[in-house]
Amino acid sequence: MSEIVKTVSRIFAPLIIIFGIYVTLHGHLTPGGGFAGGLVIAGAVILLVLAYGGGIERLTRERTTTSRLESSGILLFWFVAVLGLVIGGIFFLNIMGKGIPFAIFSAGIIPVCNIAIAIEVGGAISTILLALVLFKRDKK
Amino acid sequence: MILGAILAIWLPNLMAAIISMGIVGYSLALSFMFLGAPDLAIVQIIVETMSLIILIAAIIKTTEKDTPDEKKLSRAVLYIGSTAFFVVFLLMSIKVFYQLPPFGNPALRMASDYIASGFEKTGAPNLVAAVILNLRGYDTLGEVTVLFAAVVGLVVVLRKTGRKR
Amino acid sequence: MVYILPIILFLVGLFGVLVKRNLIKIIISVSIMDYALFLLLAMIGYRSEAMPPIEVKGIEYVKFVDPLPQALVLTAIVIGLATTALLVGIAIRIYQKYGTFDIEKIRKLKG
Repeated sequence: MSEIVKTVSRIFAPLIIIFGIYVTLHGHLTPGGGFAGGLVIAGAVILLVLAYGGGIERLTRERTTTSRLESSGILLFWFVAVLGLVIGGIFFLNIMGKGIPFAIFSAGIIPVCNIAIAIEVGGAISTILLALVLFKRDKK
Repeated sequence: MILGAILAIWLPNLMAAIISMGIVGYSLALSFMFLGAPDLAIVQIIVETMSLIILIAAIIKTTEKDTPDEKKLSRAVLYIGSTAFFVVFLLMSIKVFYQLPPFGNPALRMASDYIASGFEKTGAPNLVAAVILNLRGYDTLGEVTVLFAAVVGLVVVLRKTGRKR
Repeated sequence: MVYILPIILFLVGLFGVLVKRNLIKIIISVSIMDYALFLLLAMIGYRSEAMPPIEVKGIEYVKFVDPLPQALVLTAIVIGLATTALLVGIAIRIYQKYGTFDIEKIRKLKG
């Protein structure tokens, strides 16, 4: 891609990632949540990959990283659920306190689950698109 | 929206058909805004953009031509048969609509409980997040597992060293 | 009677799946059927003159839209994206092996 596209995407991608983290963290207060935040983060990753490209080895390394992130996201979700089972005897029990309403650190396990889902969805969608890009690069 | 769908099926150029599918998806996001679901609208816009990228990446290295229909008797029978099936389906579904609650006034058997006591039970002001992650966590767990399975399947299908022919 | 709109959209998608012979067209039709289903679920949960289901600080209780179908649709949209990507991956593999998207030609070739 040309120099203009590279510069613009280099400036904008961190802002998009910060917006995705904001949407994820405020998911229990405002519209949005883990699914939307993860998709926004995956969009930033894809913008960078499409603008910069890169060799097969680098892209393969990145794909390994994103699929590891995806697996750790789903493990974190299971971990929270099983923690409720161990402590309180009920799967998905809300073990943490509810806190003050309308604050960021409130609503028990919901923000933690939102973060887990954001990691999972972001990793999944990035893995899908990186696999497609790698396949194209491989065939050439 | 229906016009966009018909265009997406009918257009002979695959790129134009994919863009017409974009019309359907974005107007779906707009309808979600009117139906009082901002969460869904946000997710739908991003998902539509992603799926357009995926489909265009699929056709950009292969081909853009649609396969033309042959003028044969079996095709005509297929068209007529599916049209007749659709008319029957439409009539049956109109009968079903009388069983559904009227538009704008649903029967809130389970959801009235969620609306009334969801905020006190979970402490989250966004009731969609409360339902998704706390009151109905099993559903979300299952969906996340399906997503993981789909991604693993895609990576297996598209891996570099293909299977032995 | 507004429910007729998603049903017509669903039928258009079903027509594409049954009649079309191109794999990409079939994938597009499956996506359109997905969208029709989401629209139907969101319509069932709608209440006239109601707010989106988000509590706002200060306002006590207003009439809310049903949050349950919205939660189901929210997860289903992301799953729809993943299944579309899986179908596209399989279609690309098929094109690489047979050199065509036409399902009848693929059936005749037999590997």
